[in-house]
Amino acid sequence: MNNLEESSLYQLTITRFLLFLREPEAIFWVFLFPILLAVGLGIAFRNRPADVLQVAATTPQLTAALNRDKGLTASTMDEAQGTHELATGQILLLAIERPGGVTYKYDDTNPDAHTARLVADRAIQIASGQREALPAQNQLVHETGARYIDFVVPGLLGMNLMGSAMWGLGFSIVEARQKKLLKRMVASPMPRWQYLMSFLLSRLVMLVVEVVVFLGFARLVFGVPFRGSLWELGFLCVLTSLSFSTLGLLVASRAQTMEAASGLMNLVMLPMWILSGVFFSATRFPSVVQPIVRALPLTAAIDALRGNMLQGMNLSQQVAPVVILFAWLVVPFMVSLRIFRWR
Amino acid sequence: MTDSKPVVLHRLTTDENPGALSLRGIRKTYADVVAVDGLDLEVAYGECFGLLGPNGAGKTTTIEICEGLTPADVGTVTLLGLTWETSPVELRHQIGIQLQQTEFPAKLTVEETLRLFRSFYRSGLSLDESTEQAQLEEKRSARVGRLSGGQKQRLAMACALVGNPKLLFLDEPTTGLDPQARRHLWDLVDQLKHAGRTIILTTHYMDEAERLCDRVAIMDHGRVIALGTPQQLIASVGGDHIVEFAVTGGAAGDGGVNPALLTAIPGIQSHRVDAGVHQLSVTEMHTTVPRIFSALREQGLHLSEFRTHSATLEDVFVGLTGRNLRDE
Repeated sequence: MNNLEESSLYQLTITRFLLFLREPEAIFWVFLFPILLAVGLGIAFRNRPADVLQVAATTPQLTAALNRDKGLTASTMDEAQGTHELATGQILLLAIERPGGVTYKYDDTNPDAHTARLVADRAIQIASGQREALPAQNQLVHETGARYIDFVVPGLLGMNLMGSAMWGLGFSIVEARQKKLLKRMVASPMPRWQYLMSFLLSRLVMLVVEVVVFLGFARLVFGVPFRGSLWELGFLCVLTSLSFSTLGLLVASRAQTMEAASGLMNLVMLPMWILSGVFFSATRFPSVVQPIVRALPLTAAIDALRGNMLQGMNLSQQVAPVVILFAWLVVPFMVSLRIFRWR
Repeated sequence: MTDSKPVVLHRLTTDENPGALSLRGIRKTYADVVAVDGLDLEVAYGECFGLLGPNGAGKTTTIEICEGLTPADVGTVTLLGLTWETSPVELRHQIGIQLQQTEFPAKLTVEETLRLFRSFYRSGLSLDESTEQAQLEEKRSARVGRLSGGQKQRLAMACALVGNPKLLFLDEPTTGLDPQARRHLWDLVDQLKHAGRTIILTTHYMDEAERLCDRVAIMDHGRVIALGTPQQLIASVGGDHIVEFAVTGGAAGDGGVNPALLTAIPGIQSHRVDAGVHQLSVTEMHTTVPRIFSALREQGLHLSEFRTHSATLEDVFVGLTGRNLRDE
């Protein structure tokens, strides 16, 4: 017999692991889902040479002029046919010959159509004899760290840390309360703090697996950069996970049923999915709401993760998000201690 | 129609020696419902004590006050000479608790569940001893979710016993079990009794209380309305046997019986009518029954039903409250 096996904290933590590992859905959401999401987004937003744009013109002369540009493929059709193809999205632009000039018909809110307008006009002007006023050369760069996948990986990491911490803690506690297991536990000599501590300990171990698997995948498959210190990145992940764990504890501190708990959980998490800059920069929201957006724990977490991974910032440059995360760790914890119901 | 004096029989403990459990003047109110209304109880070491009563009588509130899970509004609770205010940790180590409707995690095995609960106690049974005691040896590595109702209940008992408690609380241990599983659990409680443990159990099954308990307290509306050994309580009904009958005919043709003619018969202790069925408690069946027949014949009544049974705790409850136990 060894002392570790007889320790209640050890047994409680092991129990958490066993229960997690025996729940296939939880494994999917925590480990596989973020990877699938990263793969999907990586494919959808992969950087690739600009597409050849589909355009049309009403005369063969215009069509020939357009086809001389490598960025365009043009065909000839009458105006009615062209208008129909524009409306159904088969072509982006229709060049119509008019007496003494040309009219471009296109949708100026569509970025591709806008590009087609610029390229098509240049091609037609050149065909009409225009010359470059200033000679120009291109030098191409493909910088890693500036791609969409580089931007979205820290966002997905933050979102995943939030989800696994909140569901992991909140749901298990409410389930135990609903099944009267919580009441049975406090009817035994188990120290109550150990019950809550076992969640945090198992979370920390799971966190290592979760973060290493996800970031390892992002590194190997997409070449996502790690410009900051890995220790500091680890610290940020732990801090983020603990902050969301105490938020999960707060959500679970009173809810009597799983339905109530999932409602509350979604109420807390949904605004952050939208506002905190997982998929696009949180700075896009109007400046009036920025103080609220900045104060959300997920915004702070994702800012800090992006700062570390993409800009190589060290912790001393990230005081603001770290302080916000600490506040989200301490305040919900204090409140939960006061209002937590064991039955 | 009912004669409901509280039946208080001998005290087993004194103030100097408070016994395994002592409740003094316990009151508990939820919003405007009085759940426990001034309760005094003494349970001696080694006793198996039953709290008996219909649903809503205050049994669970009472046992949870004893278990330190619900604070009483007024009154003192002493267990094993200790109180919850001064020695909460010590008490948790020394008592074992089985609650109503605890669902243990379905995906843990029996062994894992017991190992977890064992880790909470300083000392107690080994895994082998607990599984053997609860007769769960064959189910040791089975998931809790796959156990039958009776096996789950024995696991709950094993979790209550894993710290080798001096005092054991069982809240409706056999509710919802099939008859075979109930008998199986009774055997387990018997073993624990013979090992000298003090057991407090609640039940709304009269047969269970008669079978298991050394003494019972019958509760109704938050009060103890009778207290004693099952035999004493049954004797307090006034007869060993209960005669039930229904009649047709008679002078008015409505089956009306003159109760005075019945209670005048020697050996009949009491008479009550419930939904057209007359109930008599009778001491001497062989001499009394022929007299009942002739009394009814003289009134021109015809028996449409007639049966007798030995008096049970159920009859005690009916006698005291005028209601059946499972009316609500």
